Amino acid sequence: MIAAIGTSSYLLLAAALFAIGAFGLLVRRNPLIMFMCIELMLNAANLTFVALATQLGDINGQTAVFFVMVVAAAEVVVGLGLLVSVLRRRPGATADDLAELKG
Amino acid sequence: MTDTTFLEYVVFFSAAVMILGGAIGVIALKNPVHCALGLVLTLFGVAVQFVAMEAHFLAAVQVIVYAGAIVVLFLFVIMLLGVDESIDLSIEPIPIQRPLAAVMAVGLVGLLGAAIVRAQDALVINPGSGIDTATATGNNDANIQQLAANLYGDHVFAFQLTSVLLIVAVAGTVLLTRKWPRDAGSPDSVSKNQSSDS
Repeated sequence: MIAAIGTSSYLLLAAALFAIGAFGLLVRRNPLIMFMCIELMLNAANLTFVALATQLGDINGQTAVFFVMVVAAAEVVVGLGLLVSVLRRRPGATADDLAELKG
Repeated sequence: MTDTTFLEYVVFFSAAVMILGGAIGVIALKNPVHCALGLVLTLFGVAVQFVAMEAHFLAAVQVIVYAGAIVVLFLFVIMLLGVDESIDLSIEPIPIQRPLAAVMAVGLVGLLGAAIVRAQDALVINPGSGIDTATATGNNDANIQQLAANLYGDHVFAFQLTSVLLIVAVAGTVLLTRKWPRDAGSPDSVSKNQSSDS
């Protein structure tokens, strides 16, 4: 299991995944793909939680991952609902087009 | 023992390639459908790492909830809105945004990596303490039993609050995406009448 690899390898992998997600969130302009990048960052955090739960011998880390998954599911539902109602009115809108708060 | 160690390295590095390759696919591919498939690859890689760390229940939930429900929801929205066409990635709305984002990403990995490497001596593996694993206890349900005892014991109030959260999210989404009748006087129809330029 974790003994041969070491916790720091998992943490480095999670750091790389988080950085890729953050880069994508800043660079991409399609709101759907920005949501996917947020999912990448959430998964990096989950990976860190599980690695450190194993490292520290504390099951609370895995429970935290469970709650993160529930909140991520709720967040995706609300976010995609917003996106559907925005893009139904103005198809092909990017994040820059939504900068002004007018209908 | 060396065979097991070698296998652990094989599992770790294949899953790491899946995770990072899928993540790069999400941010680099032009077609949103392909991005969603890259996301599936990443999520499966994370599930493999969960299995490697003997978090079996979370691996199953990762596949069912993330790779199953959430990505299907993404694909459903992509198809519903008809945005499944290639995006021109050469357009750069804010001129120096991409170099700055690259600097941020490299700096983030550098800082976190430095912190992890510095803390490496503190990260001494202490297997079998606190977390019941299937290999340590010989009980295949050890992980799910311990997680259930923790979730329904220490965190039962938070667990019940998540049901409130899910109900609110579902009700809010229904309210947001509902098509209001034109004369209902809803905020939706008012703004529809005012917007002439969209």
